[in-house]
Amino acid sequence: MWLFIFTELLFFGGLFIVYSVYRFKNPVAFHLAAEELNTSIGTMNTVILLISSMTVAMSITAVQLRQKSRAIFLLSATIILAIIFMINKYFEWSGKFGHGIYPGSEKLAELGTGEVLFFGLYFAMTGLHAFHIIIGVIILTIMLLKVMNSTLNAGYYVQLENGGLYWHLVDLIWIFLFPLFYLIA
Amino acid sequence: MVKKIQGNDPSYLEYKGRFKGIFGWIFSTDHKRIGLLYLYSIGTFFIVGAILGLLMKFELIAPGKTIMDAKTYNGIFTLHGITMIFLIVIPGIPAILGNFFLPIMIGAKDVAFPRLNLLSWWVYIFGAAVAISSQFLGDGPPDTGWTFYAPYSFKTTTNMLPAVLGAFILGFSSILTGLNFIVTIHRMRAPGMNWLRMPLFPWTLYGTAWIQLLATPIVGITLLMIVAERTLHIGFFDPTLGGDPVLYQHLFWIYSHPAVYIMILPAMGIISEILPTFARKPIFGYKAIVISTMLIAFIGYFVWGHHMFTAGMSGTAQFAFSFLTFLVAIPSAIKVFNWLATLYKGSIQLKTPFFWAASFLFVFLIGGLSGLVLGALAINVHVHDTTFVVAHFHFIVFGGVGFAFMAAIHYWFPKMFGHMYDEGWADTGWVVFFTGFLFLYFPMFILGIKGMPRRYFDYVEEFHGLNIVSSLGAFLMIFGLALVIINLIRSARHGKPASMNPWGGVTLEWQIPSPPPLENFEEIPVITKEPYDFSEVKPS
Amino acid sequence: MSTETKTHIVKYKTYFFVLLALLLMTFISVAITSIDLGGLAIVGALLLATIKSSLVLWFFMHLKYENVMFRVMIGFVLFIFLAVMIVTFLDYGFQR
Repeated sequence: MWLFIFTELLFFGGLFIVYSVYRFKNPVAFHLAAEELNTSIGTMNTVILLISSMTVAMSITAVQLRQKSRAIFLLSATIILAIIFMINKYFEWSGKFGHGIYPGSEKLAELGTGEVLFFGLYFAMTGLHAFHIIIGVIILTIMLLKVMNSTLNAGYYVQLENGGLYWHLVDLIWIFLFPLFYLIA
Repeated sequence: MVKKIQGNDPSYLEYKGRFKGIFGWIFSTDHKRIGLLYLYSIGTFFIVGAILGLLMKFELIAPGKTIMDAKTYNGIFTLHGITMIFLIVIPGIPAILGNFFLPIMIGAKDVAFPRLNLLSWWVYIFGAAVAISSQFLGDGPPDTGWTFYAPYSFKTTTNMLPAVLGAFILGFSSILTGLNFIVTIHRMRAPGMNWLRMPLFPWTLYGTAWIQLLATPIVGITLLMIVAERTLHIGFFDPTLGGDPVLYQHLFWIYSHPAVYIMILPAMGIISEILPTFARKPIFGYKAIVISTMLIAFIGYFVWGHHMFTAGMSGTAQFAFSFLTFLVAIPSAIKVFNWLATLYKGSIQLKTPFFWAASFLFVFLIGGLSGLVLGALAINVHVHDTTFVVAHFHFIVFGGVGFAFMAAIHYWFPKMFGHMYDEGWADTGWVVFFTGFLFLYFPMFILGIKGMPRRYFDYVEEFHGLNIVSSLGAFLMIFGLALVIINLIRSARHGKPASMNPWGGVTLEWQIPSPPPLENFEEIPVITKEPYDFSEVKPS
Repeated sequence: MSTETKTHIVKYKTYFFVLLALLLMTFISVAITSIDLGGLAIVGALLLATIKSSLVLWFFMHLKYENVMFRVMIGFVLFIFLAVMIVTFLDYGFQR
């Protein structure tokens, strides 16, 4: 699973390279464009994901200690937190769309090339990240069902560890997305 | 020594498992059958790619329109590149021969994740289908070249999306194979086979697997960005929206240069296996070759800008990339030296695999040296985007990977199919092919220096003579190729039965039956010796 | 890909304290970037992000308790990524 995580790091890494190049070339425009983003929602989402990383990590301890109901609680909490994250993101995005800000829009083009790049990267990177959250929710749900029917237990939980690793990866990516988009205003 | 099987276990070719007939093959998780699945699919695509190349040479035999117009020519060279690069040479040796022989050479029964291995093949077929569909859908075949450069790749009205998405899907196949091989090599070596007792072909597969794993995702995201550019007008590479087309080139080559090391490292590994066997001498400088392999893989990540010297990069970048390009040549040169030193005072057996390996050395040297010519900034300005580049990469990729593959397929043919190929036809085919190859590609060096551009369907009259030579060379080469391929196809069923060790090789595959049983070894061997000890083994 | 010979069980408390550290650093990053420190603010925020990621890798992702080989691999991967980014900036950073 670590090897797969390396591929994901490089996959997002390509977009981080694009971000750094365009940020370097358009520092002022990026700064201005970032002011359109809501730092509070971004912070809240960061907190949500960090907590969800803790809960999924704890769920492994729970399985190891044969605390099945606690494990179910923790995994469910992780999934719910993920869904809340997605709901926040939905509101953020629809807010932007409502203001005419989306890839290829005229409003965006009017704002300037730096802004076009910033929001292009914003939608691309948070969109790709959200896609990975959805996959993560599916994986975690499968893990939850397996804990519930005891396929995953104290003697065999490597799949849960792998699922957890995937989830932490999603968190890691957000840990970097957050300052680069929300904290440069 | 491996205990000989008494002949009771069926070979992997005859083994009957859960599925019958063709399903026993396309749903098989046996690494040997998967290797053959790749062989047949890649082989078919190779014939398509070769025919495309032949069509290009028909067009180029005379100036002006010969058999097709410019737009058609653009589509043909694009498909030729996509087919050869993404469908053949990148998966190529690892998928076919790596799958077949990696587990055997390290003393394992299969790879670490056999079902993932089968998935890799299915993803490959799916990606190939999507890419090929670009030829037949409504808006016409892609005409950007296999490199999909922005901005044309998002402005052209041709079927870019299936081509780009096909390449994206194929990337997953490559990543999964790389992942599988890394785990296999780390975890499944036979007892006693520590890292420095592992033969050199597995070593190169290891270096290659890391490149497959780490470089492919970057082209993956880059291709998705092209999709976003075409569908959403996102602006990453569109100058009117603030984007930089040169950034596309950076991202594309950050993968595609390491990709050429995916192509050549396993080929080098094959040569490192074949030369000792046919010189009956241990490889010269095993450790140096291991280190060179890792160095090529590592330095290869940082030379990509040499594809972009005329694109408008800063002087600093141009200088750095030129320097690093010269640097990466050094470990390759070390390998060439070690290969030659292996042959020195060896007891040379003049057999087909040796002929292909020896001619590999010749064409690889020419291809590599021409790479240095291209890596020199001042010269590059003159020959960039000319047929000089085309000659360079055909010498080093077709000559390098292709010849090594031919050497390997003849070397391992008796093991894989249990029959011997016809040596007369094989050697004749080699002579014809090699001759045609040289006549086809060498003139392109001269034409390039004289100024003939690449990817053009037309040229000025002064280039006509050499183009005739080149095109005739193509016809000769294809004829030689046909001799080789037909010989192999026929001999797979009708050749003389092969013994366990027809060449006197010392690696583990020569200690199991030809063809091998399903699980390779009756008992997993315990390794006690260095890998290239010829003192006790003779051809049998 | 697993090395389940060791069954090290991490205490809930450990995870909880790691979370507290992560949340603290998150709030600090928000705070320092709301003050006008110019370019330095984002450097600080990225530095904190790096520390946060290290904690996630070390504790949540169990790197502390795994074979050294994984640490070497991650270090190698990160090195390659950063080196590629730096080499890319040899172009963009030195344009006339």
